[in-house]
Amino acid sequence: MAEIFVAGPVSAADVKTAGTDGPVTTAADVTARTDPAGAGAGAGGLGAVGAGTGGITLIQPGQRRRPRRSRVRVPRLVRRVIGPLAVLGLWQLVCSQGVFNSVEVASPVAVVDAGRQLWAQGVLQSNLLISLERVAEGLGFGVAAGVALAVLCGLFWLGEDLLDPVIQAARAVPILGLVPLVIIWFGVGEAPKVFLIALGCLFPVYINTYAAIRGVDLKLVEAGQTFGLNRWGLVRKVILPGALPGFLVGLRFALVGSWIVDVVAEEINAQSGLGYLINQAQTTDRTDIMFLCLAIYAVLGVLADTLVRLLERTLLAWRRGFEGA
Amino acid sequence: MAGVTAVTEELAVSVRGLSRSFGGRVVLSGVDLAIGPGEFVALLGRSGTGKTTLLRILDGLDPGYEGDALVPQRRAVVFQEPRLMPWQRVLPNVALGLRPGAGGQAALRQRSLAALSEVGLANLAHAWPVTLSGGEAQRVALARALVREPQLMLLDEPFGALDALTRTRMHALLQDLCARHRPAVLLVTHDVDEAIGLADRVLVLVNGRITLDAAVRLGRPRDRGDRGFIALRTTLLGELGVAGDGSGPRN
Repeated sequence: MAEIFVAGPVSAADVKTAGTDGPVTTAADVTARTDPAGAGAGAGGLGAVGAGTGGITLIQPGQRRRPRRSRVRVPRLVRRVIGPLAVLGLWQLVCSQGVFNSVEVASPVAVVDAGRQLWAQGVLQSNLLISLERVAEGLGFGVAAGVALAVLCGLFWLGEDLLDPVIQAARAVPILGLVPLVIIWFGVGEAPKVFLIALGCLFPVYINTYAAIRGVDLKLVEAGQTFGLNRWGLVRKVILPGALPGFLVGLRFALVGSWIVDVVAEEINAQSGLGYLINQAQTTDRTDIMFLCLAIYAVLGVLADTLVRLLERTLLAWRRGFEGA
Repeated sequence: MAGVTAVTEELAVSVRGLSRSFGGRVVLSGVDLAIGPGEFVALLGRSGTGKTTLLRILDGLDPGYEGDALVPQRRAVVFQEPRLMPWQRVLPNVALGLRPGAGGQAALRQRSLAALSEVGLANLAHAWPVTLSGGEAQRVALARALVREPQLMLLDEPFGALDALTRTRMHALLQDLCARHRPAVLLVTHDVDEAIGLADRVLVLVNGRITLDAAVRLGRPRDRGDRGFIALRTTLLGELGVAGDGSGPRN
């Protein structure tokens, strides 16, 4: 039970009290008490052995050497909006300075105008809606199929042996390479688009969910077994919750992938949708409409990402990870 | 490949000629073990002597053994790590795998809460496991075992990962709970003092065989400075192949 002097959160005043506060240690086994002065002398002696440095500089651990200047806290949302706004401002500036001609690059103001114009004609709403519909349907089918296959392969050796090689091989085929074939199979209606989008969502969901199921801690599975969970109980209470983080990663990829496939499918073979609008705009040199559609994709992407973040926050409340500084 | 079956007998554990090998490496060879109802047995052994293998067989987690092993239907395990489901709050973790009986969900909830109160954690019923300290998590694991009203409790070094102060408090809690519920207990440990302090009988497992079976004839609570305590410790340490210096092994 020797006195310990911590270099750090102990302030000078604390050290003084600790040194003079004798009655704290009364046990007979305390033979010597180090006092601050003695410690100083010892450090001096060591200094002679070392490179003749005077003493050891002590700092408070976990604190900045220079106190942080007090400043106005900018709300998080405002800080996050600054970047995109700066890009928009720069874009407008470059355009109004005439660096590009208006046909090559439409300015933000022109894009907003185009948006208003198309909205007034009702063209924007209808095409946006049809694209959203296709993506939602494809996403629904794709995610459901991806999860179902992942569960089958993740839980059963038979499922893995029979299905996984097929899925892995199918995954290696570029989805967009299937477009001509899909047109022959499904014609030019909604089915081929939804099918392609579903396919684009299936693989990321499958890969991530399957890996997450196989990655569930065996110790927890064993605990579940010894505490009387049957097979279905294990799946419901241990394996699926444990695989949820992996599934959400897959869902994120699927959300991005669904729009990529949607645009390409609509540009190649459609009479409606955002991709169709872009394609039409190309034939009439309307870069403002092209930029408008691209901007809508960007906004939809941000919205989808926010949605998944919200999902993660509620579904994964039990996880307490590093949340950034 | 017999599974663990349960039959009525005057014993809580009946093991005869139990052997287990992994790819030619013999881990258990001809273990005989009988534990009476309500008896507290500690199984000592150095690491790698087959303690955990024996416990896993009795848990029902390892069906690949030879010989006979009979255990009660109602049994519960506490592992070295708490092994709580991180995605469930404390209360559903305690009730994990239990089917609501006659009283329905509400009765099950009450039972689980009662078990949590017994380990002094009723106030943490709605906490996430990740927010618990090591000692608290292990107490939840103890409550999860208790709520099953086990006829046999299998404890696999349950206090091995705890600090010395917490461990001492857990010993007291475990003794208290065992005195109240009287399950048969098989405690696997490598801590000689823990074994003598808690058990009615101490077994030593060396190279897959039980080489010593010593009844602990000491009153409770037990004093580590007691002459009988020290003598038994010396015997056990000798059996374990550790020179008995009187201080007991350190983790």
